[in-house]
This record gives sequence, structure tokens and C-alpha cells, in this order.
Amino acid sequence: MAEEKLTLIVTRQDSPESPEYEETFKVSYRKNMNIISALMETQKNPVNAKGESVAPIQWESNCLEEVCGACSMVINGEPRQACSTLVDKLEQPIRVAPMATFPVVRDLVVDRSRMFDSLKKVKAWVPIDGTHDIGPGPRMPEKKRQWAYELSKCMTCGVCLEACPNVNSSTDFIGPAALSQVRLFNSHPTGEMNKSERLEALMDDGGISGCGNSQNCVQVCPKGIPLTTSIAALNRDTNIQSFKNFFGSDHAY
Amino acid sequence: MENREFFYRRLHSLLGVVPIGIFLIQHLVVNHFAVYGPESFNRAAQFMHDLPFRLMLEILIIFLPIIFHAVLGVYIVFVAKNNVSRYGFFRNWLFYLQRITGIITLVFIVWHVWETRVQIGMGTEELNYGLMENILANPVMFWFYVIGVVSTTFHFANGLWSFLVSWGVTVTPRSQKIATYATLLVFLAVTYIGIRALFAFV
Repeated sequence: MAEEKLTLIVTRQDSPESPEYEETFKVSYRKNMNIISALMETQKNPVNAKGESVAPIQWESNCLEEVCGACSMVINGEPRQACSTLVDKLEQPIRVAPMATFPVVRDLVVDRSRMFDSLKKVKAWVPIDGTHDIGPGPRMPEKKRQWAYELSKCMTCGVCLEACPNVNSSTDFIGPAALSQVRLFNSHPTGEMNKSERLEALMDDGGISGCGNSQNCVQVCPKGIPLTTSIAALNRDTNIQSFKNFFGSDHAY
Repeated sequence: MENREFFYRRLHSLLGVVPIGIFLIQHLVVNHFAVYGPESFNRAAQFMHDLPFRLMLEILIIFLPIIFHAVLGVYIVFVAKNNVSRYGFFRNWLFYLQRITGIITLVFIVWHVWETRVQIGMGTEELNYGLMENILANPVMFWFYVIGVVSTTFHFANGLWSFLVSWGVTVTPRSQKIATYATLLVFLAVTYIGIRALFAFV
């Protein structure tokens, strides 16, 4: 039996400044291949479909089980994780491109720094460090833990930012991922003690008001995080916070 | 002022409903008097015209809110990078339509205010049934008005839906879905009132 070949059309870019171009590769098919294993196949012998020897394709991936968020790319027009995208379920030829919202470093490697900067901006952590042991924190109701756990699945993969029409080069909108993390840390019984700091970060320019309710984020999130529920809940919280700040409240912490 | 963008965007959302949305319904309901005949329309229009402090009411409730809503709205339209061809989800389409109808509505309102309120103000036209009858006698203008009214009512009804989200009223997916149906009914009802009034002039 003749060897079955896959056609992979990769959008490549040699450096952050150089122009992008498409290159076609023929990949030997194996059963149960995912996009990562198809890319690895090209790396063994980096020759394009025209038989020319080319630089091996660059991409990022770590966990290979859809929890790290590193291998996000646009596969047949859809932003998703390359590791959990099975070749058998795709139409051929398979088109693979880097996400357009982020600056390309090389080939399929994009720089997601803006997402990590956003997490710093909204203080997406629970501050407990001090000079002495402050003892155990308050307990969390089980029911709340269950929905908060869903929010904790965010892997900063950037797919929601890629799909959002309001995250682009003409706006400084922070995007859905960091917003939902504010809800996660504000739901934590100890994290809640600093909740106004996070809400105020969202009330800054480029914050929550940039959301236009297209709700693409919740449709494309690979982890099924209720992003639009988080955004609506935070709309309520930021509005209340702004009233507290303006009119005054003893509960504006 | 701090948090300027946040404040302006929330104000934009609020003004779209109060007072602009309220005014829209009032305006279409008053127009609807045309269905009961020219005298009925003229009486209703005269009543609105004779309201005390009319100019003040017009400036504070109609002109300033609409100008603010329009200026920030045009900015919002132009910073969005619409992607319905790649993400053809229902809400993404409504997001896109909200922006398209916003622009159509702005063009329509500017035209409509120019040929009615401004002309009346300058004394070149008189506020009565005949003014609208003449305008709508032209089939091109009639269809321009139909498109303008439907675009306005859509923008209002869908904007009401996002108002409920932006103000944190509808948080759960279920409440947002029910709000979709409720605002659809608002759209149908307000459009019916507006379009029926237009047909009363021809």
C-alpha cells in the first residue's frame, strides 16, 4: 500500500519584522496524529512539498494535554490548541497559522506577554506574604468552590483574545481572560480582601468597558470557561464599586 | 477625572436607554396618532410642541444625549475589528448589526432632524401632517424612512440587551437568553408602532 500523505499548509515568518508566507509540506500519515505530531514529522526532515530543504518549522508546546495553553494556533481558520486537534477530524489540506492578535516571534511562535502583563495589572493572585504567620484563612463554601474551580482552568492560551473583535491594535482592551481571573480571585475568601484593587484595575482605561458583548470568547474557549458570565458579574461589581468610590462606603475595600 | 473611559462607556450605555430610548418610544407613539387621521396627528404634535420649557427639554433630553451617544458610538464602531465571517455566532452577528444600525441610524436621524425640526425652526416648514405627507410621498424617501425606523428600533432593542449586561442585571446565560427573547418582543412592538405610523402618511 502506498504511504498516505497529509498536506499541511503553514503560514510562516522568519523573524518578527519579516513578511509572512505560506509553505506546503507533505507529511507521512499515522493513525491518531494531532497537529503537534504532524509538525514534528516535518521537523525530522524539513523539506517542503516542492522538495526544497527549508528551515524547520518553529512552534511552542509543552504539556500536550490541553492544560498549558502554549500551542494555540489557528487551524483551518479556528483558533485552538494544536495538541488536542486531531488530524483525522480535520478537512484537508490542513492550514496552520499563528494567532493574529499577538506579535509573531517566528513561524507559529507568538508572544503572549500582553496576557501575563494583564494578569499583573489586575493582580491575579492572593497576597498572603508577610513578616509573620497570619494563620489559616476563612473557609470557602463548597458550592462557590465548584464554580470558581471552572474559572481556575484558564491556561492563558489567548484563544479568547484571538476571537474577540474588540481586542486589536486600535484598542487597549484587556480581553476576556484577565477579566475572568479577577472574578476567580475576588471569589476567593482571602483574595476577596483585596477585591477593590482588582476591580479598580478593570475600571482603568482598556479595562472592562472595552467589552462589546460579541460573546465570541465563551464560544471558542477550549476549557469551556463561562467568560461572558464572568464579564457580566464583573460589570455589576465594577458599577457597584464605582458608586461606592464616588458616594462613599465602609465596604469599599 | 479618573476612569474616564469607564465612566463614558457606562454613560453611553445609560443614555441609550434613558433618555434616548424613552424618547424614541414617546416619539413613535405620538407619530402613531397619524393612524387616526390628520387632525388627530396635528393635535398630538401641537401638544408636544406646546409643552412648557420645550427648547430646554429638547436640548437636555434629546440633543445632548444623542450627540454624546453618537460621537462615542462612532468611535466604538471604528475601533472594532468585525469578524463575523470567521465567527458566525448569533451574538457576534448582533454585535456587527448593532454597529451597522448605529451608523445607519445616525445618518437617518441627521437627515430627519434637518428636514423636520431644523426646517420648522427656521420657519421654512410648518409642523403638521402635511409636512410628513409631502416627505413620504416620494417613494425613495418612504423607503429611506422605513429602513431608518427599523434600524433605529433594532439598535434600541439590541442596545437594551447589552445595557442589561453592561449594568450587571443579566449575569447568567439563562437570564441573558430570556433577555434576548424579551428584547426581540420590544423590537417587534416598537417597530410595529413606528412603521404603522409611516404607512398612515401615504
